[in-house]
Amino acid sequence: MSTPTSAGRPATGKPRGGDWPKVRLHVVSGKGGTGKTTVAAALALALASGGGRVLLMEVEGRQGIAQLFDTPPLPYEERLVAVAPDGGEVFALAVDPEAALLEYLEMFYNMRRAGTALRKLGAVDFATTIAPGVRDVLLTGKAIEAVKRGERAGKPTYDAIVMDAPPTGRITRFLNVTSEVGGLAKVGPIKSQSDSVMGVISSPRTAVHLVTLLEEMPVQETLDGIEELRDNNLPVGAVIVNMERGPRLTPEGLREALDGTLDVDEVRAGVEAAELPRKLNVNTVTKVLMTEAAEHAERVQLEQTERDRLNAAERPIYELPEMNGGIDLGALYAMARMLREQGVA
Amino acid sequence: MAGPTPLAALSESTPVLDIDALIDDPGVKVIVCCGSGGVGKTTTAASLGLRAAERGRKVCVMTIDPARRLAQSMGLSQLDNTPRSVAGVDEANGGSLDAMMLDMKRTFDEIVESHSDAGRAQAILENPFYQALSTSFAGTQEYMAMEKLGQLRSAAETTGEWDLIIVDTPPSRSALDFLDAPKRLGSFLDGRLMKLLSAPARGAGKFGAKVVGASLSVVTGTLTKVIGAQVLKDLQTFVSSFDALFGGFRQRAEATYAQLQAPDTRFLVVAAPERDALREASYFVERLAGEDMPLAGLILNRVQEVPLPSLSAETALAGADRLDENGEHPLTAGMLRLHADRVQNGQRQRRLAERFSTAHPRVPAAAAPALAGDVHDLDGLREVAAALANQ
Repeated sequence: MSTPTSAGRPATGKPRGGDWPKVRLHVVSGKGGTGKTTVAAALALALASGGGRVLLMEVEGRQGIAQLFDTPPLPYEERLVAVAPDGGEVFALAVDPEAALLEYLEMFYNMRRAGTALRKLGAVDFATTIAPGVRDVLLTGKAIEAVKRGERAGKPTYDAIVMDAPPTGRITRFLNVTSEVGGLAKVGPIKSQSDSVMGVISSPRTAVHLVTLLEEMPVQETLDGIEELRDNNLPVGAVIVNMERGPRLTPEGLREALDGTLDVDEVRAGVEAAELPRKLNVNTVTKVLMTEAAEHAERVQLEQTERDRLNAAERPIYELPEMNGGIDLGALYAMARMLREQGVA
Repeated sequence: MAGPTPLAALSESTPVLDIDALIDDPGVKVIVCCGSGGVGKTTTAASLGLRAAERGRKVCVMTIDPARRLAQSMGLSQLDNTPRSVAGVDEANGGSLDAMMLDMKRTFDEIVESHSDAGRAQAILENPFYQALSTSFAGTQEYMAMEKLGQLRSAAETTGEWDLIIVDTPPSRSALDFLDAPKRLGSFLDGRLMKLLSAPARGAGKFGAKVVGASLSVVTGTLTKVIGAQVLKDLQTFVSSFDALFGGFRQRAEATYAQLQAPDTRFLVVAAPERDALREASYFVERLAGEDMPLAGLILNRVQEVPLPSLSAETALAGADRLDENGEHPLTAGMLRLHADRVQNGQRQRRLAERFSTAHPRVPAAAAPALAGDVHDLDGLREVAAALANQ
């Protein structure tokens, strides 16, 4: 089994380059359907490449990471799921709030047996589903534990933690555990646990990245999310534009396609010169290509509008293209490479 | 637009979902739109509502979390639980369209208020546990959506104000959450822990009391240690007042759930032609079958249309390469590559849709094309609905 232990090799601890040298905890959020899990995995690979060791965590019990890396469902245990280019390692962990609570009880109170009794009574279910903030403190607390693990001995286990976090609409509340728990517990162990979690989350050691598409709704949600994070003094990281299509035509071609001033004769001449099979009617092909070009230009223009809105938020922006073949392991490595090329790591 | 309809881009063997027959059927009084997040559930609910209204139904659309501009286009400016008439709807056929946005906390508050005297209601509403439950419990939004649906349904029956209610479901990642959350909430509130905390003195005879007492001291001891005494006291207060209030929250949740099995209710599973969304749709279809809940069909949004499929991606790319080699007609070369992208994307979607159809050969489907822009006015909604109705 490949679980990193304290006896194992420590993380490299070498100063990391890239845009986020101080960040140990990368929180990846985004609207549903934007590919947040895929981007989190690609980011983990990017951060691990060149010899790093990265933990990729998921907290929503959906086993998205296992599906992505095509492995059996992840247990509550850190497992090696991928080897990054140049020797890095990506471990993955699916955090289960129940298991995290029992671990917490054992670690801090030496109360595993009590934990089992509590579970029988439904108290664990209670604590992890309803007690406000407790679930979130447990999940974020696990991430902070991974960040801090080995630090005291000067040998941190992981160079970075990447968390596939809840969607943008819930991210501030999820991370802002102190205020959530605060309404309930003014003193006591949960309160001090949440304070210690908050100490890392609201520091420059954390960055919250938001994944979006260049479409109106996800961009609006991203902008709202950035504002909300800032209002709560949570560190906003980058905006990662996913599934970007990119223009297939020159700026001039796009403009003409948009204005409807494309030169039909030139396009038709091109279609003829392309020597397509004879069963294809040149005029039909020309007409279809013109229509497609106009739709493409319209979309590119809308994307530019959304890109401008994102730029106004003044955060670093990384862009990842649409993967035409769908997402497989090869696509993940390609995305990781692109993130590196854009300066992520 | 000329060219094949989006549905034709999908598997030929998939039965066609007749949208107009569904929304015209007077026996259908509730349509629930389910699906994972980001697949266009709200747009689907709104566009079907508009089409049904313009075909003569008196419709109420309940949305959960609409995009700002879509909400504005329907005249929804606030989350206030009140259905309001949507302006700009063609009412020539005798129909009408109302729309509302769910306010989950308010819905919950109203349940509390309507089931207890003012003093007790106040105590519950102010309890921190109630506040957490009503705003952040993972299933509250789903449960309140069902509650609200029940309320709208009975209002429709008594006043005759509406004859069709279309519901959008909360933006959870999994479509199943909508079905599971109320039961979870119900069984939790009615669970053993709650009973223990609410009635520590109530034991079944001497022996029972002893057992309960022992368990309770473990529980309270641990909870006090972990969360603190004040929190535990708040919790007990909450539990006992809540328990007295409902005396069986589970029953209430079950009754609400049972409404979804009513013969006048239909489910639409909404998906985009992406792997994750279709996988969720699959789970949901299987679950509905297991629960005897009537599935009307699958709505596939954002389907890439492929005009001229006879110009294959390979041929188009070969043509573009030829032009590049000769250093001529760069514009046409770019357009051919664009076409190739589209064909490839369309083929990938088609493979995914076929996989779904193979697994669920009897589930009829309707599709809407991928549009260049977002839908945020009534014309856009009409266009989506027309595509779904295959027109």
